[in-house]
Amino acid sequence: MELFKFTKATGIPQAVQMAAMSKTAQQGADVRFIAGGTTLLDLMKLNVEVPTQLVDINGLALDKVERLPDGRLRIGALVRNSDLAHSAEVQKDYAVLSQALLSGASAQLRNMATTGGNLLQRTRCMYFRNDALPCNKREPGTGCPAIEGDNRTLAIFGTSSDCIATNPSDMNIALVALEATVQVQGPKGEREVPIGEFHLLPGKTPHRENVLEPGDLVTSVTLPAAKAGAKQTYLKLRDRASYEFALASTAIVVELHGGKISYVRVALGGVGTKPWRSHEAEHALMGKAADAKNFRAAAEAALHGAKPQSENGFKVELAKRCIVHALTVATQQA
Amino acid sequence: MSDESGLSRRSFLSRLGAVGVATVAPAVAQPVSAAPVALLDAPAPEAIENAVPVSLKVNGKVLDLKIDPRTSLLDCLRETASLTGTKKGCDHGQCGACTVHVNGRRVNSCLSLALMHEGDEITTIEGLGTPENMHPMQASFVEHDGYQCGYCTSGQIMSAVALLKEPCGPADADVKELMSGNICRCGAYPNIVAAIQAVRHTA
Ligand SMILES: Cc1cc2nc3c(=O)[nH]c(=O)nc-3n(C[C@H](O)[C@H](O)[C@H](O)COP(=O)(O)OP(=O)(O)OC[C@H]3O[C@@H](n4cnc5c(N)ncnc54)[C@H](O)[C@@H]3O)c2cc1C
Ligand code: SF4
Ligand code: FES
Ligand code: FES
Repeated sequence: MELFKFTKATGIPQAVQMAAMSKTAQQGADVRFIAGGTTLLDLMKLNVEVPTQLVDINGLALDKVERLPDGRLRIGALVRNSDLAHSAEVQKDYAVLSQALLSGASAQLRNMATTGGNLLQRTRCMYFRNDALPCNKREPGTGCPAIEGDNRTLAIFGTSSDCIATNPSDMNIALVALEATVQVQGPKGEREVPIGEFHLLPGKTPHRENVLEPGDLVTSVTLPAAKAGAKQTYLKLRDRASYEFALASTAIVVELHGGKISYVRVALGGVGTKPWRSHEAEHALMGKAADAKNFRAAAEAALHGAKPQSENGFKVELAKRCIVHALTVATQQA
Repeated sequence: MSDESGLSRRSFLSRLGAVGVATVAPAVAQPVSAAPVALLDAPAPEAIENAVPVSLKVNGKVLDLKIDPRTSLLDCLRETASLTGTKKGCDHGQCGACTVHVNGRRVNSCLSLALMHEGDEITTIEGLGTPENMHPMQASFVEHDGYQCGYCTSGQIMSAVALLKEPCGPADADVKELMSGNICRCGAYPNIVAAIQAVRHTA
């Protein structure tokens, strides 16, 4: 690990100001916020991240889950994954988020991991994590060995000829199904980004994973007011039963009226270069009866545009079954 | 960690993106050298360049230390504070051997900087009990033979003690799920679960 300066942030403006001195944001940034540290320190030990300045944001008062007057739920960027998953508000109204969080990592890691850090966690692509190998995301222009190499766990949606890495977060998939927004405080003030626009497709610039600029601090994530009667579920499929990343996962928020689907959001994890919303599945389901035939048709529609890599063709059928099963579980809830 | 000649087995494993080793790619020709990993390469305290002061409260005692800012909480406990009961397995959050309590909650001390813990109450296995006066969880691990080589055991016990205060269903499956962050290479899992359930039933 390279040497760095370590500073404790004393307030949001000071933290933003320090980070704004960074020449770039994201990959290669010389100034980095540190929250739980479970992504950042892991990658610093591997020399994948080499910041010269760390700004410890744990002292900032961003650790509350608050109900806003209009019914929305505001989640501070420093709320730990375990606290969020067990918060009464989340368990009652946003079960899909609680389930997604509890399916991720381990109890210890969830006690450390924060909402902001989880949102920004990096890919687990093994080439990205090995600084002895080329990787466009880590070192732009060096190539993507995963395309002809080990890509079993990588993406089938949103890939480019420069990068096929998966966004590994479970939380992000639930946030997409819930249509969350991300609040950002930057050198030029505050702004709000819908979750669907927060993460970027790799395209020709896989080192840019989201819209953040130097100095931008995520302050909170906000969920829309709960939909009364909406059924929700998160289903995660992986190589072992626990403490493992998703090969495919599905977050569902669905409402039924008179036996027909009147509202549905379908988001897929483990398969996309960014948290993947399936408008195709949603479109196929709207107005339809909640039955096995329609679920399978929605799954077919969702995976229609999938581009499997040399080793992950199995994810196409796996994701379909994941969608069908998640829809079945969600719609059968009382 | 830094092995210029090639990748140590430890760093090779930790470079794998997935938690498990099930995804080891035969296509990747990485030399897996058998070179021993230097465990005690920290210089004497006076010799540390760029050292910064840190005050940590460990097992009820305040320790005023000087450390390199890069020092993980794990290395600080083991190398600087000489509390070697906490173990280093993977150094990347993937095994749980380094589990300690920070303000009563279990965390992986390898993925945290010591500098981030000024003012926190840190508890290690040394602070839990003594051979003469064991914590009920330690006694239960002995009683149920919840280990073989013992390397993962302090992490397992720290995790298990924290679990007692967390929301956890009654079944063995619930315990297994919440203990999944602690890997046991010897596979002592059935006895570990039995040891934890015994304490939960008497609590
Ligand atoms: C062994 C292991 C297994 C895991 N398994 C899973 C899993 O199954 N599912 C899953 O979803 N995740 C998993 N994770 C990932 C884990 O969820 C993330 O590491 C964690 O959520 C990151 O949060 P953090 O607070 O520790 O982030 P940090 O490491 O502190 O930060 C991550 C990044 O975000 C930036 N950052 C942090 N907070 C802010 C902010 N407020 N504003 C702007 N930038 C910020 C940092 O600069 C850094 O670049 C696993 C991790 C490990 C080590
Ligand atoms: S998939 Fe992306 S992260 Fe992985 S090697 Fe290719 S460029 Fe790097
Ligand atoms: S040493 Fe393996 S999790 Fe910390
Ligand atoms: S007892 Fe040997 S690793 Fe668990």
